[in-house]
Amino acid sequence: MMLEIKNLHASVEGKEILRGIDLAVDASEVHAIMGPNGSGKSTLARVLAGQEAYEVTEGQILLNGKDLLDMDPEERAREGAFMAFQYPVEIPGVSNTYFLKAALNAVRKHRGQKEMDALEFLSLVRQKMKLVQMDESLLGRPVNEGFSGGEKKRNEIFHMAVLEPTLAVLDETDSGLDIDALRIVADGVNALRSKDRAFVVITHYQRLLNYIVPDKVHVLVDGRIVRSGGKELALELEAKGYTWIEQEVRGAAVSSAAPATVGA
Amino acid sequence: MQTATDTIEDPRQDYKFGFITDVEQDVIPLGLSEDVVRIISAKKEEPEWLLEWRLKAYRLWLTMKEPTWANIHYPPIDYQAIAYYAAPKERTGPKSLDEVDPEILATYAKLGIPLREQEMLAGVAVDAVFDSVSVATTFKGKLAEMGIIFSSFSEAVKNHPDLVRQYLGSVVPYSDNFFATLNSAVFSDGSFVYIPKGVRCPMELSTYFRINAKNSGQFERTLIVADEGAYVSYLEGCTAPMRDENQLHAAVVELVALDRAQIKYSTVQNWYPGDANGKGGIYNFVTKRGKCEGVASKISWTQVETGSAITWKYPSVILKGDDSIGEFYSVALTKGYQQADTGTKMIHIGKNTRSTIVSKGISAGHGQNTYRGAVRILKGADNARNFSQCDSMLIGEECGAHTFPYIDVQNPLARMEHEASTSKIGEDQIFYCNQRGISTEDAVSMIVNGFCKEVFRELPMEFAVEAQKLLAVNLEGSVG
Repeated sequence: MMLEIKNLHASVEGKEILRGIDLAVDASEVHAIMGPNGSGKSTLARVLAGQEAYEVTEGQILLNGKDLLDMDPEERAREGAFMAFQYPVEIPGVSNTYFLKAALNAVRKHRGQKEMDALEFLSLVRQKMKLVQMDESLLGRPVNEGFSGGEKKRNEIFHMAVLEPTLAVLDETDSGLDIDALRIVADGVNALRSKDRAFVVITHYQRLLNYIVPDKVHVLVDGRIVRSGGKELALELEAKGYTWIEQEVRGAAVSSAAPATVGA
Repeated sequence: MQTATDTIEDPRQDYKFGFITDVEQDVIPLGLSEDVVRIISAKKEEPEWLLEWRLKAYRLWLTMKEPTWANIHYPPIDYQAIAYYAAPKERTGPKSLDEVDPEILATYAKLGIPLREQEMLAGVAVDAVFDSVSVATTFKGKLAEMGIIFSSFSEAVKNHPDLVRQYLGSVVPYSDNFFATLNSAVFSDGSFVYIPKGVRCPMELSTYFRINAKNSGQFERTLIVADEGAYVSYLEGCTAPMRDENQLHAAVVELVALDRAQIKYSTVQNWYPGDANGKGGIYNFVTKRGKCEGVASKISWTQVETGSAITWKYPSVILKGDDSIGEFYSVALTKGYQQADTGTKMIHIGKNTRSTIVSKGISAGHGQNTYRGAVRILKGADNARNFSQCDSMLIGEECGAHTFPYIDVQNPLARMEHEASTSKIGEDQIFYCNQRGISTEDAVSMIVNGFCKEVFRELPMEFAVEAQKLLAVNLEGSVG
C-alpha cells in the first residue's frame, strides 16, 4: 500500500476536525475525497503535508511504510509527498525556476541523486512545461506573483510534474478555475498518472472528476469518511447534494450517541 | 601603566602629555584631549593646516551634544574611555588561523571565503609568503599609469596635500554633526581616491586590499573625488565579523562628483552585532555624503547593513549640478538586540535633478529597524523628481519596523512618489517552500533575498553573492 491512514484524529486550536479517518490508497490509484464545506477535506491535505497548526492527536499515516508523522514537512516532500495548494502563496523576488531548482535538488539530494545543473534543469523544465501548457514567461517571474488564479493552479501541477512525487494530494485544485483552465489542469494530472504514483484529489464538486476519473470516491462528513464507492458515488452527490448524507450521518450519530448520554 | 615606553617630545608643541609609546606598543592612553589630537597628528607627520583643522573640530566638539533624535537606545558612551589611537592590528592579531576563534572560521566557511582571504579577514599578520601585498602593489601600479590615485588617507596627505586640502570637509564639514566632528578631530586613517578627467576606473576599488595592507582604526575617513567625466565603483567593508566589544565606530565618507562624473559606492557591513542578549557589539555612527557638484553627475549608494549593535547612518546626496542623479539602495537587517536607524537624504538644488530611494528593512528577534529619510526640493530645483520605496519585513513577534520619511518641497514643479509596505514573513510562505522539499533555513534566506532583490542587483556581482550568503548566515535560527 502506498498511503495508509489509520484512525487519524487531528485538531486545530484545540478543536477536533478529523475524527478517525481510515484510508488506503495503492500506487497507480486515484482517490477522490469529497464533502461539504467544513467537513475536514483541506485539513486532511494539510495534515498529510505536515502543516504545524494542525495537531495530530491520534492515529498513523504511512507513506510506503514510513511514518509520515515523524517527519518535518520538507522530509515528507523529499520522501515523495506533494500537495498542490488551494491557494498557492506568492514569493516576491524569487523566480519560479530558481525556486523549483532548489526544490528539485533538495529532493534529488535526499534520494541520493546528483544535483542538476542549470542546463540539465532547463531542458527538464522545457519538457515538463508542455504537460501543463505553461507559458515560458511564467518561469522567470517570481513564484506565483501576479499569476492569475488559473496560472497559479497550473504552476502547482507544473511543480508536481518536475518533482515527480509518489503521492500527490490536490487540494481543491479546481476551485476558481474556468472550464478551459480546468481541462488543462486535468490533462496535466492525467499525463502524470502512473503505476508508481498515487493521487488523492480533494474537491467539493464533481465536475473535476469528469476529467480526472477516480478509482474510488470517499465522502467526508464531520471529520469522518462516511461513505466510499466508485466514481458513480460522485455523480450521486452531484445530483442530490450533500445535505441528505449529512442528515443521514448526523441522525445516526445522534441515535447511537443517545444511549451513552442516558448512561452518563 | 606604560612602563617600557620611550617618551618623545613633539618638536612643534609643548606637551603636558608629552609621550608617545614606542613602536612595538603603539597605543596612547585612553581618553580625548587637545593633546591627544596633537599626538595623532604628530604621529602622522601631518602639515600644520590639517592639525589646525582637527583642533577646530575638537574645540567645536567640546561644545556639542550627542544627538538623541534617532530611534535607538544605548547607555551613555564614555568618550574618555576610548583609545583614540590604537596599535595596528597586524601587531596584535593572531599569527595563524589556528589562533582564530573557531566560530568565526565556521562563519567564513559558510560564506565560502577562500582560506587565504579568511586569513586576511581575521587580521592574521600579513607576511612575505602572502602575495596579497604584491597583488595590491601591482594593482596600484596599473592604476597609477592611468593617473588614478588610490591610497590610504595618510599617504594622500603626504603625497597629494593640495587635493586633500581642496576637498576635505567640502561635503561633510568638520562642524557637521557630533560624530562627524569627533571624526574630524581624531580620524586615524582611511582611503583617498582621485579619478582624473575622463578616466573610467577599470576595476572595482576596494578597501579590502588597502585595509589589509594597513589596518585602519575605528575613526576612518574616506574621500573620493571623481573629476569631469570620470567613473569609479568603490566597495567598502568586508563580510567578516569583528569581535571587538562595544566599540565606537564613527567614520566619515565624502564623495565629490564633478561634471558628468559617476561614483558608485557599495558597502557590505557586518561588524560584530553583540551577543544573543545584546551585550557588546559595535556602535556604528557613520556620516556618509556625496555631492553631485557638476552637471549630469551621478552618485549611487548601495548598502547592506547586517552587523553592528547600533547602526546610525544616512548616506546622502546633495544634487547641486543640473541634471544630476542621486540613488540610495539599502538593505538593513536587525536581529537579536540590534538597532538600526538608517536611511538617506536627497537634497535637490539643481534643475532636473532626480533621486531614487529603495530601502528594505528586515527585523528578526528583538531587532528594531528604522528607516529615516529626507527628500528636500529647494526653490531652484525645477522639475526635480524623487521616487522612494520603503519596505519592511518582520520575522517573528518581538521585532519592530519604523518609517520616518521627511519631505520638504519648495518648488511647485517637483514630482514625488513614495511607496511603503510592511510585511511579515509568512508561515504560509515557509510552509509552501517546505512542502516542496526546501528546508526552513533555505526558505527564509530565499524569501528574504527575494525581498531584497532590487537592492542586490545594484551590487557588483561578487558582492551580491556575498551579501546573499551573509543574510542567510545572519538569519540562521531566526525562524522556527
